[in-house]
Amino acid sequence: MVAVTKKDFQTDQEVRWCPGCGDYAILASVQRVMPTLGIPKEKIIFISGIGCSSRFPYYMNTYGFHTIHGRAPAIATGVKVSNPELSVWVITGDGDALSIGGNHLIHALRRNINIKILMFNNRIYGLTKGQYSPTSEPGKKTKSTPMGSIDQPFTPLSVALGANASFVARSVDREAKHLEMVLKRAAEHKGTAFVEIFQNCNVFNDGAFLHFTTKGTKADTQLHIQHGKPLLFGADKQRGIRLGGLHSLTPEVVTLGENGVTERDILVYDETDTSGTLPFLLSKLEPPVAPIPLGVFRAIERPTYDEGVNAQVADAQNKSPDASIEKLLKGGDTWVVS
Amino acid sequence: MTASPTQMVNLPRPKGRPVDLESAVIRFSGDSGDGMQLTGSQFTNTAALAGNDLVTFPDFPAEIRAPAGTLFGVSGFQLNFAAKSIYTPGDAPDVLVAMNPAALKVNLSDLKTGGILIINQDAFTPANLDKAGFTSNPLEDDSLNAYRLFAIDIGTQTERALAETGLSFKEVGRAKNFWTLGLLYYLYDRPLEYTLRFIEQKFKSKETIAEGNRLALKAGYLYGDVSEIFQETYEINSAQLEPGLYRNITGNQATAWGAIAAGQQAGLPLFYGSYPITPASDVLHELSRHKHFGVKTVQAEDEIAAVAATIGAAWTGQLAMTGSSGPGIALKGEAIGLAVAAELPLVVLNVQRAGPSTGMPTKTEQADLLQAMFGRNGESPVAIVAPQSPADCFEMMIEAFRLALGYMVPVIVLSDGYLANGSEPWKIPDVAALPKVKATFQTTPSDDFHPFQRDEDTLARVWPKIGSPGLEHRIGGLERSYETGHISYDPDNHQRMTEVRAKKIEGMARTIPDLKVYGSEQGGDILLLGWGSTFGAMRQATQIGREQGLDVSHAHLRYLNPFPRNLSELLHRFKRVIVPEMNTGQLLMLLRSRYLIPAEGLNKIEGKPFRVSEILSAIHGEKNKSRGQPW
Ligand code: SF4
Repeated sequence: MVAVTKKDFQTDQEVRWCPGCGDYAILASVQRVMPTLGIPKEKIIFISGIGCSSRFPYYMNTYGFHTIHGRAPAIATGVKVSNPELSVWVITGDGDALSIGGNHLIHALRRNINIKILMFNNRIYGLTKGQYSPTSEPGKKTKSTPMGSIDQPFTPLSVALGANASFVARSVDREAKHLEMVLKRAAEHKGTAFVEIFQNCNVFNDGAFLHFTTKGTKADTQLHIQHGKPLLFGADKQRGIRLGGLHSLTPEVVTLGENGVTERDILVYDETDTSGTLPFLLSKLEPPVAPIPLGVFRAIERPTYDEGVNAQVADAQNKSPDASIEKLLKGGDTWVVS
Repeated sequence: MTASPTQMVNLPRPKGRPVDLESAVIRFSGDSGDGMQLTGSQFTNTAALAGNDLVTFPDFPAEIRAPAGTLFGVSGFQLNFAAKSIYTPGDAPDVLVAMNPAALKVNLSDLKTGGILIINQDAFTPANLDKAGFTSNPLEDDSLNAYRLFAIDIGTQTERALAETGLSFKEVGRAKNFWTLGLLYYLYDRPLEYTLRFIEQKFKSKETIAEGNRLALKAGYLYGDVSEIFQETYEINSAQLEPGLYRNITGNQATAWGAIAAGQQAGLPLFYGSYPITPASDVLHELSRHKHFGVKTVQAEDEIAAVAATIGAAWTGQLAMTGSSGPGIALKGEAIGLAVAAELPLVVLNVQRAGPSTGMPTKTEQADLLQAMFGRNGESPVAIVAPQSPADCFEMMIEAFRLALGYMVPVIVLSDGYLANGSEPWKIPDVAALPKVKATFQTTPSDDFHPFQRDEDTLARVWPKIGSPGLEHRIGGLERSYETGHISYDPDNHQRMTEVRAKKIEGMARTIPDLKVYGSEQGGDILLLGWGSTFGAMRQATQIGREQGLDVSHAHLRYLNPFPRNLSELLHRFKRVIVPEMNTGQLLMLLRSRYLIPAEGLNKIEGKPFRVSEILSAIHGEKNKSRGQPW
């Protein structure tokens, strides 16, 4: 087999995102990860809805379907159920996935269909030129909210966990290495993988994530979750997360050596926590109170929908190997007119 | 008729010679908990096995368990069975069975004068009479004098017959319908065998209930014999149907089986994405039972997801179908537009019901034709076909898939509640002679491959098999360049692509059969032109009209977009064109705008099928009752 490279996944289409848009970095990361997955290019499918991020399939030299607003997870469900051997990736945004397509998203996660959902969260509507989105912060002033938004936002990961998603992760457009690690983990996961990627829209919501992506300070504002490791952060890993005392499940930020805190007090992360409590608690952490957690929040095994559908069909076929239309039509009560 | 199997269960045949009848119409009616649908379908299948032609019309309330005794909880099942060819469930019943006062109230006005009225008098309590709005007991005044009344204590009789079974009072009460069925079997000299077999299978694990039902059935039959209440009994010989093997089939069952057959013909797995909705759910149920044909059914989270998943399946090369009723089709509109733009083969079933909005879910109507034609944004033509009888759903489903795959377009199938739940005897077709449904995939790259390359003749685009190396491509809802398949906002190109999409549909007319005229083929005074489930009433009215010496003909459109090629010419052969529809004139509007002819509407929007008499009066030139027809 000829080695495939990032170049093999690039198309001849002129990329039409605004210069400086975070989507470029994500595209590059995805194109770098694809050749490493060991999946033939023709078995990889990208399906998107509507929005800036949903132009993504045009720039991937794989099979691609740019569908309608919010419906990509549903279309992907049909694709995956029909052809379980395909590697199906959904590209969506915060508006596409959580507003108009919220229903399809939670049901895909609930069913655990084996597709990968990459949600680019820029906390704004870009393609329609700058209205607040379901992840925009309260009070946000946009064209449709000149006096500030009065909507309370979703935390996408909390929504996904509420729908019992079997794989939940988060990364950032400009953290290429981290993002590529997360994408690989998502690809390896069997079941629906939900990945939130913070993506800077430099035209309508520039700098939305600067408070935890700035070079000098990010060690103190990012918490990299690692399975089986204590939740420590900071340049010298001196700060961490512990559950607040004996009777409280509230996570709190503590510093090693202060108030008698030792590494033994720090929460050791378990991404396989089946209750979903741990990842849910973590999904609620955000600056300025706490660092922003990044990485794989949850990876558990559950039966997948596509396997279930196909197993039932195979089972039924095994039980009636001689099924024929003739037999169907002539089954049951019939009579002869002569 | 075959040797009477009643003898096998040692029951006497009716006394004296039964009166020979050509046909009879029975309506069973009662509370939705009275089991009238079951009783009706049992009588139907028994009549079918005896070789009668028949047409049924189940009519049930929307409430699953409406409060007992209420008018809105009345459930009915009408059956017309005959020794000749018939096309409708009959305008007016010869026999009305009313299990309670509410059923009598709702149905009495339909019963023929002099008709047989069988009543369960036990249910005529003051409370039930009151609930049904009777101020005096009709069994005690002379309000039923115009009918042959048989007021029978059906409840008491059933209790007596089942006294030894040990069944509870409630269970005994539930067997009343079998008692009634037994009585009707006696009246029409029918064997009990089919129903006895049914009871055995249905109540396999509940032997005492099975025994109770068997006893009730036989007791009802014997009551007819011993009580001698009927002065005469009836016989309806088998009909002179075309020779062959027959079965009884409902529209929804034929729809599901047609889709399965299309899958087998095309050699493709069938994918059905759907969301439960009355009256289409039975198609989902039926297909879910046939996974051994490789059928995949997805009960989606909503109507949009159902069509979206189906579009995904179509793209990846499955035989793709979604189904719903009008409200669901409205939700699917945007996605159907995507299938138009992406040029994907998709069959969309609409089992129409009375609207607007939630309307009357269990009542029939054919008011979604213009929705099918135009109910999407932009110029987004789709093909439309409409079965004309329950069994015809089978053939039209295969047709729908033939057109979808042949032209890479969505095809809407317009069934309705009347077809879906109604049934008729069906001559089982020769499987080897079923129409071919062909799927042509591209699996290897050509030099200049792009996904919108077209067949010169049909204009259908290629169908690349997803997963094939070298055919990676991107499609979507954005406008495409005719030449390259890439996204294009070019004005001339948009004009051209719009025309191509329209031409694909128009071009299908070359492959669909010419419209045939029943009656005066060369033309004449009146042409009745219809579509969908009005077929039966129109055909019967035409037959009667011609017997009465009128020059009336009938033609029925099974293809609504495109129309058959000879339609225009055919319309001009007739002095008058009358278009009966269960809407305010939707086909009429299409005909008038396209062919500029002064066609006349005959419109009924009552949630009920046409009666033959209503169409006959229109032929006779009587002022039609339609109130809403605005054109
Ligand atoms: S509007 Fe924002 S999200 Fe959209 S392409 Fe431009 S920068 Fe990117």
